[in-house]
Amino acid sequence: MRLDPPFLADTLRHAAEAVSDSVHTAASQAAPAHAEKFEFSHLLEHIRNSSVIDIPGGHLELPHFPPLHIGGLTIDLSISKHVFFMLLSALILILVAVYTARKNRKNLVPTGLGNLMEIFIVFTRDEIALPTMGSAGLRYLPYLLTTFFFILIMNLFGLVPYGATSTSNVSVTAALAFIAFIVIQLAAIRTQGIKHYLAHLTGDQHWMFWPIMIPVEILGLFTKPFALCMRLFANMNGGHIVLLALIGLIFLFRSLIIAPVSVLFSVGISALELFVALLQAYIFTILTALFIGFGLQAEGHEEHAEETH
Amino acid sequence: MDATAMAYLAAGIGSGLVIIGAGLGIGKLAASTMDATGRQPEAAGQARTSMIISAALIEGVTFFALAICIILATKS
Repeated sequence: MRLDPPFLADTLRHAAEAVSDSVHTAASQAAPAHAEKFEFSHLLEHIRNSSVIDIPGGHLELPHFPPLHIGGLTIDLSISKHVFFMLLSALILILVAVYTARKNRKNLVPTGLGNLMEIFIVFTRDEIALPTMGSAGLRYLPYLLTTFFFILIMNLFGLVPYGATSTSNVSVTAALAFIAFIVIQLAAIRTQGIKHYLAHLTGDQHWMFWPIMIPVEILGLFTKPFALCMRLFANMNGGHIVLLALIGLIFLFRSLIIAPVSVLFSVGISALELFVALLQAYIFTILTALFIGFGLQAEGHEEHAEETH
Repeated sequence: MDATAMAYLAAGIGSGLVIIGAGLGIGKLAASTMDATGRQPEAAGQARTSMIISAALIEGVTFFALAICIILATKS
């Protein structure tokens, strides 16, 4: 896997412009593995971003747009595999949500697909939003629900045959974390007011400590969404790498005896991945809610200051 | 041993150390949650929620370290 620092930095920089992939990544996609010598890197091509998607019985070339030049940045907005599945999951989310909302507008007890949606929505409200943010946090419930369902559908797409997990791309998770960062900061500013928000950055300490406190607090603002980004990315990538490694064992040992073992293990890991897909969507949502909640708690800054002293 | 070999070695040892730390941390966390659930079964839901949050935070730090290991291992 090509994860060298310039590549990482590049993708992180591009993440601000929603989703874009460097031309090099798309261009350097090697042909599918049919070399005689087995190399693990060929398997890794399947979890990397590429400009083709696999369909039953062949490949489908995705459209390629010429890269945009804004300032010194080169932004490639062409639709790659991960972008395609991200748009697809957004489309599915919109269709399902609109359909269930339309269908269950009148009746108090939802029917059919509405039941499933209700379970997740009530869970998000009662187990995620209310304990972490209180009733003041219900304003941010739509954002949390959108994040939860979007990440869940993107995660689950990796377990569908011919599918790919968009969240195993660091650009996607960085974009999600960037949105979370903006929501967290805006929520804090909105509740506390800009004056108290800035005062909070000084750590409520004597002014002599400010040179230390202010950089630390500002760094603290950025580490939270960075952790969110890395956690989702690494979890979704990690599971797929484990699956590939297990399948790769068959080719590595070149024997049929190992095949039942690795197939059995990969079925187990796939089941675990199903759980992890749900868990990571939940964790991303609850941590975002928690960080928004930190901002909301500091309402009435004086009380908060007394608490800490 | 040249520099690349050293980097591979460092990445391997580093990821092992990371897993030891994270395993210990999450293991202790799970043990205390089990304790708490055993003592107060009615607070099991709350204990589980805070366990998941703390486990996720520990995991996040682990991934920072693992990212450094990956960078070391893919250093050219």
